[in-house]
Amino acid sequence: MSKTKEIILSPIFANNPIALQILGVCSALAVTSSLKVTVVMCIALTVVTAFSNFFIASIRNHVPNSIRIIVQMVIIASLVILVDQVLKAYAYEVSKQLSVFVGLIITNCIVMGRAEAFAMQNPPIPSFFDGIGNGLGYSVVLLFVAVLRELIGSGTLYGFEILPLVTNGGWYYSNGLMLLPPSAFFVIGGFIWLLRNSKIDQVEPVEFKLASHTK
Amino acid sequence: MSNQKDTVSRTVLVAFVLCVVCSVIVSAAAVMLRDQQQANAANEKKLNILTAAGIEVVDGDLDTAFAAITPKLVDMRTGQFSTDHDAVTYNMRKAAKDPALSRALTSEQDIASIRKQSIYSTVYLVEGEQGIERIILPVHGYGLWSTLYGFIALDGDFNSVVGFGFYEHAETPGLGGEVDNPKWKSQWMGKQVYAEGSDVPVIGLIKGTAPAGDLHKIDGLAGATLTSNGVTNLVKFWLGEHGFAPLLAKLKAGDA
Repeated sequence: MSKTKEIILSPIFANNPIALQILGVCSALAVTSSLKVTVVMCIALTVVTAFSNFFIASIRNHVPNSIRIIVQMVIIASLVILVDQVLKAYAYEVSKQLSVFVGLIITNCIVMGRAEAFAMQNPPIPSFFDGIGNGLGYSVVLLFVAVLRELIGSGTLYGFEILPLVTNGGWYYSNGLMLLPPSAFFVIGGFIWLLRNSKIDQVEPVEFKLASHTK
Repeated sequence: MSNQKDTVSRTVLVAFVLCVVCSVIVSAAAVMLRDQQQANAANEKKLNILTAAGIEVVDGDLDTAFAAITPKLVDMRTGQFSTDHDAVTYNMRKAAKDPALSRALTSEQDIASIRKQSIYSTVYLVEGEQGIERIILPVHGYGLWSTLYGFIALDGDFNSVVGFGFYEHAETPGLGGEVDNPKWKSQWMGKQVYAEGSDVPVIGLIKGTAPAGDLHKIDGLAGATLTSNGVTNLVKFWLGEHGFAPLLAKLKAGDA
């Protein structure tokens, strides 16, 4: 049990896929301008990672080495199409906003990375939990980014008005930069800095030292 | 074990079985969920039309609210109502790509940058005892990043705007994306499309704030000059001579 707990919890802060492994940053930029869309994206990614890990781990002993990446891609792609279809049927509004990004879960490095690094060597159940854990790690960062971006950029949270905007008769001048993708870089950078301040072991060793210019 | 599973025949077998299983699952999901998805798309369109028409939906009952609206097909060449196709199922976006159902626009005509225009358009009428109370016209055109799709609703005088909004666009959030801002959209209410005695649309956005009491001008979107130009152009196009102006002229004269 404690092993399962560790598998689920360690990717959240100790071994976070975005902050430490710097995987899956692409979608973190694209879908985080509003919290609602982000929540759906997080759920979709967690589900896909968990189940793709599960199925890949179930057939790991039968997969020929030469085509293992293709096999992983086929399974991941099928799951992503399933999620996309379900969203279109039952969460139409959100699926319209996510549009192409659901499809892009296929290329999300986290899904592929966990399949190759964990599911190919471990039994299905731990792999499933590893998928959940990494999905949660991804979600923590995305939610953090989305809360800041939506609050500062639009003055709302989950669509509810928190800071009344000047354009709606309030006092808050929204920061348009936060709605543009580059701002996610700054926020993720800030998140990594905060995280590495408390977990010093994550700080990478300096690769080289600048020589001083003058004696 | 590893020798056994790496043979060519084993590789082909695994690939084949996996593909069959995955394709069955994917196609089954697509087929089973198709009805629900199509219903969503249809509802979405109805909701957009109702929103533009200013009709309130009670308890999410779209069909009852939509009963007040009559779809009509318009032949854009003559500006007359037509029954050549079914107005409910006619798809303007598909038709615009079909050479038989569309006409190419020259660059002078094409101020909204849509290149090809469907010959037929579906418009929506709200009819009351005194004839047409409102007419809802589809509009689309290019902004900065994307084609904006929306509806504009005109009053029974075929000149005053009573509703305006886009249901699909991908303009910059916070700048061009402010076309969705309810406060901005409310400025369109009561504006006049045409000047007295003319059939060239003069409605449009101007840079900065429109003077109070102006009948034709709407505030430009701050920081979104290209989106603002796009919106002005698409409204001018669709209410102009290659858009719905012939139809509106005929309706005013009472012989569409």
